[in-house]
Amino acid sequence: MNQWNARIGSLWMWAFFAAVMLLAPQVFNSGLSITMLSQMGIAIIACLSYNMLLGQGGMLSFGHAVYTGLGAFVAIHALNMYGGSGLPVSLVPVVGGFAGMGFAVLFGYVTTRKSGNTFAMITLGLAELVFAMSLMVPEFFGGEGGISGNRMSGQPVMGITFGPATQVYYLIAVYTLVCVMLMYAFTQTPLGRLLNAVRDNPERVEFIGYNPQRVRYTAFIIAGFFAGISGGLGALNFEIVNAEVVGAARSGAYLLFTFLGGATFFFGPIIGAVLMVLALVLLSEFTQAWLLYLGLVFMIMVMFSPGGIASLLMMNLRLAKHGKLHSLIPAYGVLAAASLVLLVAVAALVEVVYHRQLNSAMGSALNFMGLALDTASTQTWLGLLAAIVVGGWLFSLAQRHFANQWDAVQELIEKESHYAGAAP
Amino acid sequence: MSNTAKAPADAAPIALELRDVRKSFGKTEIIRGASLSVRQGERVAIIGPNGAGKSTLFNLISGRMPPTSGDILLNNHVINGKKPFEINRLGLSRSFQITNIFPKLSVFENLRCSVLWSLGYGYTFLKFLVDLDDANARAQELMEMIGLDKKRDVVALNLTYAEQRALEVGITIAGGANVILLDEPTAGMSKSETTRFISLIKQVTEGKTLLTVEHDMGVVFGLADRIAVLVYGEVIAFDTPDAVRASARVQEAYLGSSVADAQAGESAQGH
Repeated sequence: MNQWNARIGSLWMWAFFAAVMLLAPQVFNSGLSITMLSQMGIAIIACLSYNMLLGQGGMLSFGHAVYTGLGAFVAIHALNMYGGSGLPVSLVPVVGGFAGMGFAVLFGYVTTRKSGNTFAMITLGLAELVFAMSLMVPEFFGGEGGISGNRMSGQPVMGITFGPATQVYYLIAVYTLVCVMLMYAFTQTPLGRLLNAVRDNPERVEFIGYNPQRVRYTAFIIAGFFAGISGGLGALNFEIVNAEVVGAARSGAYLLFTFLGGATFFFGPIIGAVLMVLALVLLSEFTQAWLLYLGLVFMIMVMFSPGGIASLLMMNLRLAKHGKLHSLIPAYGVLAAASLVLLVAVAALVEVVYHRQLNSAMGSALNFMGLALDTASTQTWLGLLAAIVVGGWLFSLAQRHFANQWDAVQELIEKESHYAGAAP
Repeated sequence: MSNTAKAPADAAPIALELRDVRKSFGKTEIIRGASLSVRQGERVAIIGPNGAGKSTLFNLISGRMPPTSGDILLNNHVINGKKPFEINRLGLSRSFQITNIFPKLSVFENLRCSVLWSLGYGYTFLKFLVDLDDANARAQELMEMIGLDKKRDVVALNLTYAEQRALEVGITIAGGANVILLDEPTAGMSKSETTRFISLIKQVTEGKTLLTVEHDMGVVFGLADRIAVLVYGEVIAFDTPDAVRASARVQEAYLGSSVADAQAGESAQGH
């Protein structure tokens, strides 16, 4: 049992993960929720495969959608060509996986020769190149309309036709569980650890007998495989693949949400992937300014918590373990209240601006969270600006107060563990 | 351990040989025809004034940069022009003057990564680290040798400077290389730390060929079987400590008062 922890992690954890995926469609059983759950599974695989590069290998790729996207295209072509004649629909994502891997073999040979800034630049150029190709080769990429497929083209196996969305969801769930386990297992292998070493200090790796380029390249190919599986699942889920899937926006989303979830912990990108689907599907319904909010959140995270949500969670978990979390609750409360004031004020102003720019034909009245705002009146503008100034001032006070409290608690823990003679 | 120079084991085969090695950066020639042959099991200290090219020489031997001309032979195989990891696989390992470890990995992981190649695991991702009994045992053994077994799970970043220097040496010897190059292993250490550290180095490099760059003359005369004096990219003397001390040419070129300091230092250390 204990030995398993060092191989694939806690079995209870996996059982919990599996149970969540099994029961989620029972709890969230609307059509929209099932679609979103499916997309979350797909995004989890994509973000985790991206984090193999970013978090584990220190490779800042701006073109991960190349591998998910090309995997999706090959998968949908495979579905169309062989879906009715021998290729089980449930294995189409694996075809996507091998496609992603193949392109990673091809492109990674160039990109992984360098690390750091050079690597980032080359991936960016390559992503643009592939996107340009997608417009130039409509035979493969389907031009504007994309390539459609029919996931019901295969023979039903035990009554599973993959027609209903729930059946596709469960296929995605199985792939997600297996892929996440495999990717976790990878982190516990010699190559997985060497990848961390290459991230930390590629030069030193050369002096312990390893070629850092080959470590990066091999990891890149493995990441490409999982990215391709994610793309193949996407192809089955949407039954249409267009040039957007290899686009820069998609690559950017993987980067942004992997970082937001937390690249320094294995499970961080899972959080990021869930947020990605929530933002792309739900937030974009609520407000037209959703990309602006996303950008703000990203900036705030980069500045205040570069370890992402996962590291925030783990830091608080550490406090809880030492029985110190409750002493921070008042500070948290003050911080939350101040943040709320600032947040509401900023959001109201953003919505007022958007309303004036986009919906002014519908009159100047705006209903913001039950608040009737007249976007044409000077009072509204001055009021909101004042609220932002006050909110910002409150926030900076609360933030300083919180930081002091936080440091004090950390110091206390250091002292205690020092006296206990235990390693931190 | 005695510091009286052992007679160089003339019978032992040559482990590392430099033949008229030259290195230029642009028009400036830094290494100007260095020749040296080190026998197996010998401990050699390279000394010389700042800018003499000691670190450059280490960089050439370990493959960090290729020599402009000349040959470097490891166990009679030419290694110049090979990549650092290829040279490492042939049994030569080096440490760095500026601590060069894996900062975000724990002490144990630092060492385990460093033993993997020598145990034949290559780039595998089809085995679990926890199952590699030999690698785990070897990493544990190394950790005890360098005195960091109590810091097993501490991230290398959070070690003290002296502990990081010990880890640096641990990483260097981990792969079981027969020729070890230590670039100023005691740089930045206090006197007492240095004394302890030198006995550690003696212990972990027992039976191996050791080349070290060192500024502390007490350390040099206490550690080395032979001393190579590098001045302006040339080896002007390569002999036993006593002979180097007595050499008028060395005195004139470099040592001067340092010899007297070293003798004082040695007697202070109670030899």
